[in-house]
Amino acid sequence: MTVLRGRVLPPLIAFVGFLATWQAIVWIGGYPTFILPGPLVVAERFVQAWADGTFWPHLTTTLAEIAVGFTAGAAAALPTGYVLARSRLADRVVSPYLVAAQAVPILALAPLIALWFGTGLLARAIIVALVVFFPVAISAMVAVRGIDRRLLEMARSYRVTRRQRISMVEIPAALPGIIGGLRIGITLAVVGAIVAEWTGGEHGLGVLINLARGSLFDIPLLFATLVLIAIVGIVLYGSVLLVERWVVARS
Amino acid sequence: MSDAPPPAETAIRLAGLRFAFPVDGRRVEVLGGVDLAVERRSVVALVGPNGCGKSTLLRVVAGLLRAAGTVEVEGRRVAGPDPRVGLVFQEPRLLPWRTALANVAFPLEVAGRGRTEREDRARELLGLVGLREWAGARPAELSGGMRQRLAIARALALEPSVLLLDEPFSALDALTRERFNVEILRLWERIGSTIVLVTHSIPEAIFLADRVIVLSPRPATVAADVLVDLPRPRRLADLDAAVVTRTAAAIRAHLAGATDDAYAVAAGEVGRHEALEEAPR
Repeated sequence: MTVLRGRVLPPLIAFVGFLATWQAIVWIGGYPTFILPGPLVVAERFVQAWADGTFWPHLTTTLAEIAVGFTAGAAAALPTGYVLARSRLADRVVSPYLVAAQAVPILALAPLIALWFGTGLLARAIIVALVVFFPVAISAMVAVRGIDRRLLEMARSYRVTRRQRISMVEIPAALPGIIGGLRIGITLAVVGAIVAEWTGGEHGLGVLINLARGSLFDIPLLFATLVLIAIVGIVLYGSVLLVERWVVARS
Repeated sequence: MSDAPPPAETAIRLAGLRFAFPVDGRRVEVLGGVDLAVERRSVVALVGPNGCGKSTLLRVVAGLLRAAGTVEVEGRRVAGPDPRVGLVFQEPRLLPWRTALANVAFPLEVAGRGRTEREDRARELLGLVGLREWAGARPAELSGGMRQRLAIARALALEPSVLLLDEPFSALDALTRERFNVEILRLWERIGSTIVLVTHSIPEAIFLADRVIVLSPRPATVAADVLVDLPRPRRLADLDAAVVTRTAAAIRAHLAGATDDAYAVAAGEVGRHEALEEAPR
């Protein structure tokens, strides 16, 4: 009971405080709803949009982009990180490009990718995959490099094959570090999907933001969409945390 | 002490072993022509000054390092990591995410044995080192001594004919260490393998071994081969016997000739700084 109170109460108080501050700013500044709607107005609009199905096509579109892009980006990044950690040659040849690619804001490439691949799922998933790739690859590289060499020597003394070394020693040893990278990757994936949607297309939470601000001029809906995006981010991040907790409990 | 005649049944034969590894662009000679024959089912202790190449020598016998010269186990050449040789490192080197049972079963899993065979054998080995009740525990839940016992059980998984111990008890306190030495002898009597161990403790070497090999400073050669004339089975009480004192004096005399920090070695105060032996690649 006290544990529950200790874990639930502080964040709850903080949340109420946040809403109160928001409402206070609206009242004190006397802002009209089309500039800054209060939390109550936004909450009302959120419930309404959820109930009448306004959110649905946009939410599912965005989630699909994140699912495809994150999976593809992480799937490409993990072996890349491994090879960078294990091959000095690969590190020398590939790393400069990786860093250069990271220095160029990938999100700024969104219009270019839209030009090449259109505004459908493919183009958006590509952008998500690109933003996910770098942190996941780097964290995998660091995690694999950090594996205790003495464990690898121990494994070698039992004549492990390369495949056994990877599956029985290196992957489990690097897993906590890899999951740390996935945690960063999943939040970036949400941002990537939203920005990718600004380049056009019919559905997506990013598209909905543009619609609410533009032709619909429904600012409460814009804020309700932001809230939904935040919830998507929290839920996805939380599920990575759950996976992490499960992994840590195993080790 | 004596120069033993060539043993009839040789478990390990080393001839003209030379090994060097690069440090800062120079080649550092670690083994400078080691010749040694170890009789089957005997216990041989390696002692020598810090960084003289004792650990390197064990790694060469285990096939982890390739040296010039001859390395034979049971009459056959060692070329690469060898299932006939079990190596116990200075640290337990357990996989922290695996249970005790799964750690012991690791070599069997690598060797492609079936699940039931793995588990039966691993349980048997846990019993052998007195850890039957700890099958489900993770290494972090075990004491230092238990972890090292687990490492020994793992090294025995593939039934090696030769067991190499690289200062396996150096991290344990003196009392635990004495008890472990007794356990190791009991284990040795049961499994009947040949044991070669590296130690910094002369009493430990005498208590455990049939022969104590004194290595010279780097590059290592065999400086002396001291026979331990103590009957088996041995008990800790035997350590007070006059023969032990004589043997220890003989070993110390050779070490004194072999090293410039002879006093430290004789006093048993040898530190842990074996940077060169740590992890030659």
